[in-house]
Amino acid sequence: MNGPHDMGGMQCYGPVQPEKDEPVFHDEWEKRALALTVAMGFCGAWNIDKSRFARECLPPDFYLSKSYYQIWIAGLERLMLDAGLVTKSEIESGKSEASAREVRRVVKGEEMLAALAAGGPVGRAPSTEPGFAPGEKVRTLNIHPATHTRLPRYVRGKTGTIERIQGYHVFPDTNASGGGENPQWLYNVAFEARELFGPDAEPGGKVMVDCWGPYLEHA
Amino acid sequence: MSHSKKTGHDHSHWSDMQLKVNTLESLLVEKGYVDPAALDVIVETYETQVGPRNGAKVVARAWADEAYREHLEKDATSAIAELGFTGRQGEHMMAVFNTDQTHNMVVCTLCSCYPWSVLGLPPVWYKSAAYRSRAVSEPRAVLGEFGVELPEEQKIRVWDSTAEMRYLVIPQRPDGTEGWSEDKLAELVTRDSMIGTGFPDCPGGTR
Repeated sequence: MNGPHDMGGMQCYGPVQPEKDEPVFHDEWEKRALALTVAMGFCGAWNIDKSRFARECLPPDFYLSKSYYQIWIAGLERLMLDAGLVTKSEIESGKSEASAREVRRVVKGEEMLAALAAGGPVGRAPSTEPGFAPGEKVRTLNIHPATHTRLPRYVRGKTGTIERIQGYHVFPDTNASGGGENPQWLYNVAFEARELFGPDAEPGGKVMVDCWGPYLEHA
Repeated sequence: MSHSKKTGHDHSHWSDMQLKVNTLESLLVEKGYVDPAALDVIVETYETQVGPRNGAKVVARAWADEAYREHLEKDATSAIAELGFTGRQGEHMMAVFNTDQTHNMVVCTLCSCYPWSVLGLPPVWYKSAAYRSRAVSEPRAVLGEFGVELPEEQKIRVWDSTAEMRYLVIPQRPDGTEGWSEDKLAELVTRDSMIGTGFPDCPGGTR
């Protein structure tokens, strides 16, 4: 979806403002927002791609004006509502009004360290050969799906060179929209800065972008 | 919960958020979807255990041990796991090495993907629209906003984390550190130097 999250190349957000000796969290609620988002991910009612898409679908003015953890909480609410885990009225009251839905997994306190350390690898056993080889010239497709995609706008319809084959990974475009993991070869593609951003870009500069096979064609 | 009050740039929205998140937490605990003890473990892990000191150990080992550096170059995920750093947002790692010719810098233009297992949670600026938008199109200007100036002949490679690959920048080893122990070297490694928006500290003071 061409939404406000797809920020590469925008020029309207002013200078970066690094914060000296920044704390890990700026407020107590941010800690709980992180913890709830991570813990609810284990329920199995959605996957990481669906959770990214839920945040991308938030109203643009909200997305652009709220902090990261505010966006996370709003995304989490949307995911839980869509999955039928909670109702709007329960979110407002904080009180359960109906019995809980069955979920795949509730990680207990004593299991959480191991669960975090295990992570969620997305590499799968390949069932095909890679369609592109390092050094090969490729062009990204000029696609504009209204659903989730990880091909940023600034890099669509552009020519680059395969830098490296990264593996055979779950394909977010289908995984976010109910189409399953549908794993695909993932390639790191090197683009010349000038190919992406025109003659004012620095000569010799490169942008390296991970692209799944379905985003690419031979150039 | 009432939201009748408009919250501009005052701080009242912070307490609104505290209330909102508390309310949500008690609902999810009551429903049995989360264990409160597990929530505490998550906070404790990312507040005190998993952070940029992890990445600094990886960098220091790469500086001190040529065989480790080669391992890291070939298979960063396994080389980093060897030091005990695995898990969420570090499942698929790649190390990118700065040289006199190339400076590497990492961004996620589409959200805020960041190598948690080695750097912890991302700083606010990394998640900001300003960084996410301009890191790819004008990296040298963005670096200037961090006070980082590179020689013109050093070309910039920006890594946009569009997939589940996570990138760790291995900065160049500072001069004057010959024979230093890994522990001592690790103290020089700053978080920003591993994102590519800073340098390691210099022996005897910051660069």
